[in-house]
Amino acid sequence: MNKIIKYVIVDILRNKIVLAYTLFLLVISGSVFNLDDNSSKGLLSLLNLVLIIVPLVSIIFSTIYIYNSSEFIELLVSQPLKRKKIWISLFFGLSGSLSLAVLAGVGIPILFYAPTITGIVMITMAVLLTIIFVSIAMLAAVLTRDKAKGIGVAILLWLYFSLLFDGLALFILFQFQDYPMEKAMVVMSGLNPIDLGRILILLKMDISALMGYSGAIFRDSFGTSTGFVIALLIMLLWVFIPNWLSLRKFSRKDL
Amino acid sequence: MIIASNVSKQFGKLKALDNVSATCVRGECIALIGPNGSGKTTLIKSILGMVVPNSGFITFNGKNILHDWLYREHIGYMPQIGKYPENMTIRQVFTMMKDIRQITNPEKLDEELICSFGLDKLLDKRMRTLSGGTRQKVSATLAFLFKPDVLILDEPTAGLDPIASEILKEKIIREKQKGKLILITSHILSDLDDLITQVIYMQDGQLIFHKSLIALKTDTGETKLSKAIASVMLKS
Repeated sequence: MNKIIKYVIVDILRNKIVLAYTLFLLVISGSVFNLDDNSSKGLLSLLNLVLIIVPLVSIIFSTIYIYNSSEFIELLVSQPLKRKKIWISLFFGLSGSLSLAVLAGVGIPILFYAPTITGIVMITMAVLLTIIFVSIAMLAAVLTRDKAKGIGVAILLWLYFSLLFDGLALFILFQFQDYPMEKAMVVMSGLNPIDLGRILILLKMDISALMGYSGAIFRDSFGTSTGFVIALLIMLLWVFIPNWLSLRKFSRKDL
Repeated sequence: MIIASNVSKQFGKLKALDNVSATCVRGECIALIGPNGSGKTTLIKSILGMVVPNSGFITFNGKNILHDWLYREHIGYMPQIGKYPENMTIRQVFTMMKDIRQITNPEKLDEELICSFGLDKLLDKRMRTLSGGTRQKVSATLAFLFKPDVLILDEPTAGLDPIASEILKEKIIREKQKGKLILITSHILSDLDDLITQVIYMQDGQLIFHKSLIALKTDTGETKLSKAIASVMLKS
């Protein structure tokens, strides 16, 4: 298994996209921290980078990578290797190299300029979101045979998680504004890993006081250390469930 | 050695394999013959586990292949269209395959074809720059590389020049004499005459007959495989 991971990582490093992505993250986070002396303001600006760009790059790069390595996968499947091993190695290779890019591009500047709890939570969220979106991308890629369709599905999924879901949540809130919705909102936020990441980071920042009553509810639910651990577990579920589904699909796929 | 029992596979509405049963024994050299789209490649891919049949099962050395993967150690497969990672060199592809199979002992490797095909001069070329024929040569070399007990060759001579095609045919005959099981599909029947011992004829996903070459020739009264198959096709 390690051997396949090695070949996947070497292959990813050979095409320079991941390197460019690392540099892009480094430049942005470096400049964000240098614009202002106040490092907590810098963290707030980085929040959007982490919550929007990181999932977008992870999902699109992984989907395209899986489609482009269809020849490699086909070659491996005719060899004495377990299909599950091939798929999991691809997952580790992709999430490993993208996480490294995030650690280098976002992690190093944060540790340098703002080595606080908030900063560390933000790095953790960036890495977790990377892995989650690699996992979702692999599911999208295994479900559709057509490359254009698969990439389209991946973009739609990203759009759904980063924009449409919030709209949907607001819509539901307004429709049911006469009812107590706080608990339901907490549950709903678990349905979107980006939201969950945003809440966990914001709760570590001072501005969570600005979130009003629902902010207090979130603080009650996720602000405690048990709540934090539960939220992390939900995010891990977001890694494992798509991964498990794609694994099941791949082990029966006709190549 | 390989037994397929009632294997069926459907792609949408198309029945690619319809209740196919066949037994392949060590030491045989079997030709899979049939018109385009008759299910030959699907049958081969089912044996390799690349296509999962809807019903029926395939055993290799008495073991069901469904949840097994180690049996592929004993198979050398040459695909109809060789697909390789485009930005790897030929050398890297060979090293990767040896690395994956964890075979470093040169005695267990058969690198004869690398030299006889002249690939040793092209080792540093990237796969995407290779012509179709050179890709076929790489595929053929990979199929023989690990001295497998079973060789599955899907259209081995298509796209090869006459010299390379002769080299490959001689190699196949030598491997056959070592008592290996060889499965070949080909449309160039004249290539098969001096190679094969048995014929499987398929049409529309069904296995029409499986008999020895001699029996086929006496049944049809022909001396050439191509004529014999032509008379079978005309009858059906």
